[in-house]
Amino acid sequence: MTINVYFEDVNVGDTIPAWSRKTDFMHWNRYAAVNDEFIPIHMDDEAGRAALNEQGAFGMGNLRYAYIVNALQDWIGDEGQIREIGCQFRAINQKNDVLTVTGKVTEKLVEDGEHRIKLDIDVVNQNGDPTCPGHAIVTIPARS
Amino acid sequence: MTDSAPDTLVTDDMIERKGVWGSERVSPPISESDIRKWAIAVYWPETPPAIFWDTDYATDTRWGSIIAPPDFNPFAWPIVTPKDKPAKADKPKEKPKRRLRGMNGGQVETYGVPMRPGDVITMRNRLRDWEERDTRLGLTLFSYSEMEWHNQDGELVKRRVSTAILY
Repeated sequence: MTINVYFEDVNVGDTIPAWSRKTDFMHWNRYAAVNDEFIPIHMDDEAGRAALNEQGAFGMGNLRYAYIVNALQDWIGDEGQIREIGCQFRAINQKNDVLTVTGKVTEKLVEDGEHRIKLDIDVVNQNGDPTCPGHAIVTIPARS
Repeated sequence: MTDSAPDTLVTDDMIERKGVWGSERVSPPISESDIRKWAIAVYWPETPPAIFWDTDYATDTRWGSIIAPPDFNPFAWPIVTPKDKPAKADKPKEKPKRRLRGMNGGQVETYGVPMRPGDVITMRNRLRDWEERDTRLGLTLFSYSEMEWHNQDGELVKRRVSTAILY
């Protein structure tokens, strides 16, 4: 059992460790294989351009969402739990983008017997563009 | 001749389907291998956390077993296309009064108990609600769809509320 972070050690304004991936067909094809998501716009540059994305095929929103899950999970550890994630898909994940999940603590509270942390989250690309702003609620262990 | 602006984008079919749960789908039993492959794919090229693939490690955690990442989809790769007649809530029958453009307005997912190997998940959907507003796009419909997953014990696994923006 490994505890990554205790409730008492988290403060409003803290940021979670950045979580990044450079995304391309190697990532998208693996995700398509497990999520049954072999959709042409994610697999084929011509299909992507036909969908009005000049750069061709583009990444799945579901995979970007998974990166948010991963970033939160890696921060809270196995004794924590993700309770809620909300986000909006604001920009396309282009091939070879470097996506970085960011999170900032906005509130701490004890609710329904759980020690909960609320965060603002986003997935920014290599240009610093916010592509997926939103929020999250996680629970983490407390010392007392 | 141009289309006149409609008073509403809400159809009678939407009103009829509002709040009505559609037919249920049941997943195959979740396997350890399903979870491991999912975790490898979403963490690629790094090794995913042991809680998703190492039984010995997972036994000593609060969960007592391997669990699935909360975004894991047990409904991927269906073998059989549902042959049952779709429930009234499943398929809109009425076309909108004019052709609408749409955008994904985002989603909020809340999580209950985690999914584990052996779990069988049941999914249901409904059109929960909507609202109309005048925006820079003109009359705009914000439609909220709700999806729930429960495990074989009836425990809530996930609830997703998705927003579709139509104008």
